[in-house]
Amino acid sequence: MNLRPDPTFYASPKIAMQAPVENFAFTVMLSPDGSQEDGIAVVDVNPKSDTYGQIVHQVIVPYKGDEFHHFGWNACSSALSPLTGHAFLERRYLIVPGIRSSRVYIIDVKEPLEAKIHKIIEPEEIFEKTGYSRPHTIHCGPEGIYVSTLGGGGKDGTDGPPGIFIMDCETFEVIGQYEMDRGPQDKHYDFWWNLPQDYMVSSEWGLPPQFENGLVAEDLLSNKYGHSIHFWDLRARKNIQTIDLGENHQMALEIRPAHDPKKSYGFCGVVVDTTNLQGAIFTWWRDDDGKWQAKKTITIDPRPEKADNLPPLLQGFEAVPPLVTDIDLSLDDKYLYVACWGLGEMHQYDVSDPMNPVLAGKVEVGGIARGTPHPNGKPFVYGPQMVEISRDGKRVYWTNSLYSTWDDQFYPNDEGGQMVMARVGENGGLELDPDFYIDFPKGYRSHQIRLEGGDCSTDSFCYPSA
Amino acid sequence: MGIEDLSVAALWWAVIISGFYHGVNPGMGWPLAVSAALMERDHRALPKALGLLALGHFLSMLAILLPFSVMLFLVDWELQIRMGAGLIVVAMGIYLLVNRRHPRFLARVHPARLALWSFLAALAHGAGLMLVPIFLGICGFEQQDVGHEAAQTLMTSNIRLAFLVAAVHTVAMTSAGAVIAVFIYLWLGLKFLSKTWLNLDVVWALSLVCVGFFGIYSALYGH
Repeated sequence: MNLRPDPTFYASPKIAMQAPVENFAFTVMLSPDGSQEDGIAVVDVNPKSDTYGQIVHQVIVPYKGDEFHHFGWNACSSALSPLTGHAFLERRYLIVPGIRSSRVYIIDVKEPLEAKIHKIIEPEEIFEKTGYSRPHTIHCGPEGIYVSTLGGGGKDGTDGPPGIFIMDCETFEVIGQYEMDRGPQDKHYDFWWNLPQDYMVSSEWGLPPQFENGLVAEDLLSNKYGHSIHFWDLRARKNIQTIDLGENHQMALEIRPAHDPKKSYGFCGVVVDTTNLQGAIFTWWRDDDGKWQAKKTITIDPRPEKADNLPPLLQGFEAVPPLVTDIDLSLDDKYLYVACWGLGEMHQYDVSDPMNPVLAGKVEVGGIARGTPHPNGKPFVYGPQMVEISRDGKRVYWTNSLYSTWDDQFYPNDEGGQMVMARVGENGGLELDPDFYIDFPKGYRSHQIRLEGGDCSTDSFCYPSA
Repeated sequence: MGIEDLSVAALWWAVIISGFYHGVNPGMGWPLAVSAALMERDHRALPKALGLLALGHFLSMLAILLPFSVMLFLVDWELQIRMGAGLIVVAMGIYLLVNRRHPRFLARVHPARLALWSFLAALAHGAGLMLVPIFLGICGFEQQDVGHEAAQTLMTSNIRLAFLVAAVHTVAMTSAGAVIAVFIYLWLGLKFLSKTWLNLDVVWALSLVCVGFFGIYSALYGH
């Protein structure tokens, strides 16, 4: 227990932006075929350090086949509200779920170079106490640690809908299901919220049989993946409104609310529009009558390509879909980064006017049938995927793997894990740093990145930027 | 001024100082007033939020003090009541020392329902209990003054006293919170929010234990 709030809890997004910059990044290392144990790589991102841009420590877990994907902190800036009653937690533990095994690791990163496993929560405990499986996204909030899941009960995770469960933020004891009234919600992916305004938004990918063994093309072409977003009364744990983005908008994934809690809008990325293979971003907002609305504000076109150059899955379309698989919003709510994992592009949109985003910068690296190398000449396998922005908004980090079985479908002959970083210009624009390039150890791919002291997809704020 | 007047004055000061003590603690809610003003972009939201927090706190004090004031009409049991009250306060302090977890149900309250939250937060942390021994001490003196009047009169006077103690305490608490909230809102900025936040959990629990023992002591050897 601290005597003062953790210095990495920031009252407002603005204060978070002014705080000291990150010295370490934590990145998922996953063994796509389960032949090795997964882990968390500790990456030195301090440019003054001798080991800058290198993996300086690895926490390798004792089991195989967990398949790490997303992860998050035990505590963040959300603790600075008197309402939550735990202002003296430490931002110290990473909560790392295995989406294939449903096992959850609590990793102590107080000393990043000596990071170690603090606790392991076995899958049986999660099944028994929550009725959910395949834990995924982590957020810390009013009632503790919230964990989204992709599967319900039973062997293939289709026995009952997936949802969110709550864990105690001090003991890491699994408490139980979050939802009291889920309404029509029957699939799950991401979720985030606005704490003072007390709303939560959640999204939908698909059920485990639709992703675990690879993308199911028939399901996609018959629009059976998720295409709705759900709005919740956060503390009442009740679904208050569901917006169907249209069944052609397949896989509504990342939810990025504006960080400034005064604002009542945010974004959601859609992987693919089955009518034209476009990728899309929807802006959602609360109107003057208190109703939630959503409108498509960004579309990204597919690129025509000869069938011969394409993986079997795409040959019939003779095009490369952008595949918008991750988005991230800078803490000043100014730039939205959009990973086009198929095209091999990272887009930067100025979303100062959230209803009229403007493309401000773009980086090409990797990509289906293009494989643009990194500026240092080395290959960037697959395409830009999980993206994380430094709190000050000046550095954008990303990795390349989407999900083990899907990588193999879209990039059948490739293998590898990379993490790169781009620098943001004074007035926007984005350029890869030729000196920051991490090639992951053989057999490992990489996915989500977390930055020391919090980043743009972890911290939720209780006070406006003023 | 006799020694007794001094003791009564000291007890009233204890009511006021405990109010300041509760008020400066961010955990009792003043940051919510700053947040309200910033969220609504209207400085009038600040006093409004403080008012709601004060209302909740006041009611929470009353909820604890009133049952004791009613009980005191059993004049013959005064000693036992005061001893019992002291023991309850000590027990609450020890409970908070041992169980350092925060009550999770408080996190379920809607952030706009400040009065309800403030009521429950004060209740859960034994803020009202902290006043009980002080309140009973003041009652003791009053009782002596009125002598053996009719039980009815005594009870009315004790109830009036409970309202007064709760009100004085709440005014002190709100003033202390308001001063900090206004300074942070107008001049210092949110950076000072985390700087003024000290972990008082242990001090708080120990205060309950001390006040409880004081209650037992004064029941036995005082008035």
